[in-house]
Amino acid sequence: MEVLQVVGIGLVITVLAVLIRGQRPEFAVLLALGFGILVFLLILDKVGVVISVFRDLSRKAQIEDFYLTTLLKVLGIAYVAEFGAQICRDAGEGAIASKIELAGKVLIVLLALPILTGILEAVVRLLP
Amino acid sequence: MNVDLVFKIAGLGILISVLHIILKQADKEEQAQMLTLAGVVVVLIMVVQLIGELYSMVRSVFHLF
Repeated sequence: MEVLQVVGIGLVITVLAVLIRGQRPEFAVLLALGFGILVFLLILDKVGVVISVFRDLSRKAQIEDFYLTTLLKVLGIAYVAEFGAQICRDAGEGAIASKIELAGKVLIVLLALPILTGILEAVVRLLP
Repeated sequence: MNVDLVFKIAGLGILISVLHIILKQADKEEQAQMLTLAGVVVVLIMVVQLIGELYSMVRSVFHLF
């Protein structure tokens, strides 16, 4: 049961981070970052399994592969951007966090453009 | 789940903060600052390697090239 591991280690790391934050705040940030990456690596294995199932389903339903890969890219960008922004916000750098989120949003919109144009063309074709 | 890396970072952090206080008592302020700097650099190198591993993993899972 990974959740027990993650919660247990998370609590221990939180106590250590609070302990270190008193004297050396930069180590607390590095500690939080280290633990965040560790949990992320654990989760990515599970997400990989979910994605492979989605890929098989979309292949069976003959959905074009392009939409699924774009969806995955958007998911990846959202994941990483939120991760970085949250670490920066914990360290007290709200401005940097909002810049990271802004970049993430812009990149996601950029990825969504082809699908948007595809939908609009389909709608126009439907009109008499 | 290689947890030892995170605990290594925590141990280094505590060690560095204790040594910093000791050096400050022995009024060697510059050595204390240098020591903290060295500690931060070492831990940063470890964390950056971890970030590199994370990015390669994300790239493989989400096909984010």
